[in-house]
Amino acid sequence: MSNGTSQDPPKGAGGTWRPMIARMLAGLRPASARPGGHGSGLLRIFRKRKTFPHGIYPVEHKEWTADKPIRRLPFAPVLVLPLAQHRGAPSQPLVQVGQEVVRGEPIARAAGFVSVPMHAPATGVIQAIDLAPTPEGPKTMAIYLKVYQADPQQVLFDTGHDIDSMTNEEVVAAVQEAGLVGLGGAAFPSHVKLMPPKDAVIDTVIVNGCECEPYLTCDHRVMLEQTDALVRGIRLIMRVTGAKRAIIGVEDNKLNAVDQIRAKLPANLPITAEAVESKYPQGAEKMLIKSLLGKEVPVGGLPAHVGVAVFNVGTLAQIGDLLPKGRGLIERVVTVSGPAVANPGNFMVPIGTPVRFLLNHVGIKPTLGQVILGGAMMGMSVSSIDVPVTKGVSGIVALERDEDDPARRQVYPCIKCGECLKACPINLNPSMLGELAQAREYGLMAQGYNLDQCFECGSCAYVCPSNIPLTQYFRIAKSINRERKN
Amino acid sequence: MVKGIEIRTSPHLKRALNVQQIMRSVVYAMLPICAFAIWQFGLSAALLLATTTGAAVATEAWFSRLRGAGNTVADWSAVITGILLGLTLPPGFPLWMAAVAAFVGIGLGKALFGGLGYNVMNPALIGRAFVQAAFPVAITTWTPAFAPSRFVELIPTTLTAPFMRPESVTDWIAGLGVDSWTGATPLAMQKFQHVETPAWDTFAGLVSGSAGETSALLILVCGLWLAWRGCLDWRIPVSVLAGAALTALPFWLVDPGVYPSPWFVLSSGGLMLAAWFMASDMVASPVTPWGAIIYGVFIGALTVIIRLFGGLVEGVMYAILLGNAAGPLISAWTQPRVYGAVKKARAKS
Repeated sequence: MSNGTSQDPPKGAGGTWRPMIARMLAGLRPASARPGGHGSGLLRIFRKRKTFPHGIYPVEHKEWTADKPIRRLPFAPVLVLPLAQHRGAPSQPLVQVGQEVVRGEPIARAAGFVSVPMHAPATGVIQAIDLAPTPEGPKTMAIYLKVYQADPQQVLFDTGHDIDSMTNEEVVAAVQEAGLVGLGGAAFPSHVKLMPPKDAVIDTVIVNGCECEPYLTCDHRVMLEQTDALVRGIRLIMRVTGAKRAIIGVEDNKLNAVDQIRAKLPANLPITAEAVESKYPQGAEKMLIKSLLGKEVPVGGLPAHVGVAVFNVGTLAQIGDLLPKGRGLIERVVTVSGPAVANPGNFMVPIGTPVRFLLNHVGIKPTLGQVILGGAMMGMSVSSIDVPVTKGVSGIVALERDEDDPARRQVYPCIKCGECLKACPINLNPSMLGELAQAREYGLMAQGYNLDQCFECGSCAYVCPSNIPLTQYFRIAKSINRERKN
Repeated sequence: MVKGIEIRTSPHLKRALNVQQIMRSVVYAMLPICAFAIWQFGLSAALLLATTTGAAVATEAWFSRLRGAGNTVADWSAVITGILLGLTLPPGFPLWMAAVAAFVGIGLGKALFGGLGYNVMNPALIGRAFVQAAFPVAITTWTPAFAPSRFVELIPTTLTAPFMRPESVTDWIAGLGVDSWTGATPLAMQKFQHVETPAWDTFAGLVSGSAGETSALLILVCGLWLAWRGCLDWRIPVSVLAGAALTALPFWLVDPGVYPSPWFVLSSGGLMLAAWFMASDMVASPVTPWGAIIYGVFIGALTVIIRLFGGLVEGVMYAILLGNAAGPLISAWTQPRVYGAVKKARAKS
């Protein structure tokens, strides 16, 4: 049986008999236990890790990059900096074509409250301000920065802050000035989260170090290598939000990160690091809140409504690093991995580096079939590898063509097996929603079956034995509903 | 290097378990039961299973040609229906009637509803219910298990010519020299003579009955394997059996002389086969976890009520068909509570 998800690791391991026996054993094991690789479902009962109900256990292959330290690469010849690489209003350029910029210098300013400025990731000259390809499809305006390769590339543009003497308002303003957005993938401006709604009181900061997406290990490396900056960021955020405690939630496949953080935590502060079950989508905000606190964010509400603010570890490490220096966000950690990558690893990548440049550095196998920005479960498949790495890109996953088994692609009718109900982390009925989508009952999907709660984690489509593209159905249904409303 | 990269929608990973594999697992799980049926009832059982399976597959192929939407035989679901149907029929059931049952099951029970995934009831049971109504004598003509000559000769009724009434098997059975053959299955003996067959005999399957329903033990093992593989929802068989046992218990406590013990209820007749392989049919059962439990208990309880108080000896077939019919309603009642749903009382205030 050829098993599409258990691709061979990038480095050839052992002889041919070992994978053969492993495959035979995998065939005997129950199908429900196979994707996880954490032992059978029954044994899980005895494990006392905090977790949420439902979810799935895809093969993670984090071992390919988990022990690869963050490395720097040479600068790409030209960096492409889309003005809309965060949620909210696109930034407005401050520079003109032909202008020389210094690494770290602001090159675009925030256009309103829900917006952030941009900083030059390298010393060079503005080549153009023109349309550039995006993973989403339509081209958007971007600043093209030609890098001076001979420059020492020092960050010469900073205005150090004494963060201990700053008022809360000053910290919020400094976070916006630094161009910080959620680095876990959402790319939502961080300073907005620091200003919770007036009717909510934050008592707990949850630091999201789950990294439940298969293949990705950038947050894992950040927790190991940037622990001091992370703790500094947590303390600052706790002060600003007025939270009484902070909990760092880490999946139990990264226990060395938990140990590392615990060793560096100040004893006099109510900050704890807790291991949670390694299960997708543990890193979804709502799931992690449920796992750690047993609370549920009410339908239509924000985490702030249950007294929680959730930040990604990468974001907080950047806050802890950039704010005291008074610098802007110009680079981020990106995992480049996947079965089609020859030398996977974790890299400190200047924002705007084209994906092509990174892939050339890690080496691509001829079997390459698909390039994904973000994780393999929720990331976006790109049509052109000339798209740049933006602030929200946590990983680049290159998958192989799987033309070997057309049966895996054949879509059967829904057989009502109920696997999707058991997978859905927010307890929807994807089976029913899928049938309604096929009948084009989009309104009923939202009103009768909570379609709007779906955050498109993809668990239902992952488990569906009929290969029904449920997640895509739901995306379409939601966008049609949105259009009808307008 | 960039030639031909594909664009797909997320999720980009997929669990390697598809409909075809699930259906094939169910077929594998039924093979030991078929083997036991053939060992117990001989050539007639083998021919019966081959006929129902062949007729079911042929009907599926014919209807998928009529629909012009590709051949759906490859999904293996017609094979399951054929084998299941064969297992529920008396071993000496005339082959032409068995073929009719398979045709009706696949044609009326499944294809006319739109094929796999759209049938409201279990196709095998639709086929069986049809022949139960059409040929009431043939479907209650039982022959002894372990007849000495079972591997060299057929039960005389097996090769009845199409559209002909099967001959009587009384003389043939008398000629076999099987001791103490009363012509009744354990269920009938319990119901009409209040004689309970020893529990071990019904559990192990050393009794007469339909071709594949006799060994509760074997069916249990095969069913458990299937549940462990993740190819059936364990809630359904467990709640069917629990529903049956708990319904039978009070009656037995009141008058053990008349009513069967829960143990006998579980191990006799077609209950075990039905619980593991028919009630659990994914398509015709509720998808919600609580729905599955309600549905199972309903079927179990109804089976016992039909057995004890109905005109029929065995009631599990009609119980499942009724359960299938109630399935969508049960699903609608038991929609899962979505994450973060605010309780209604609080929402009003």
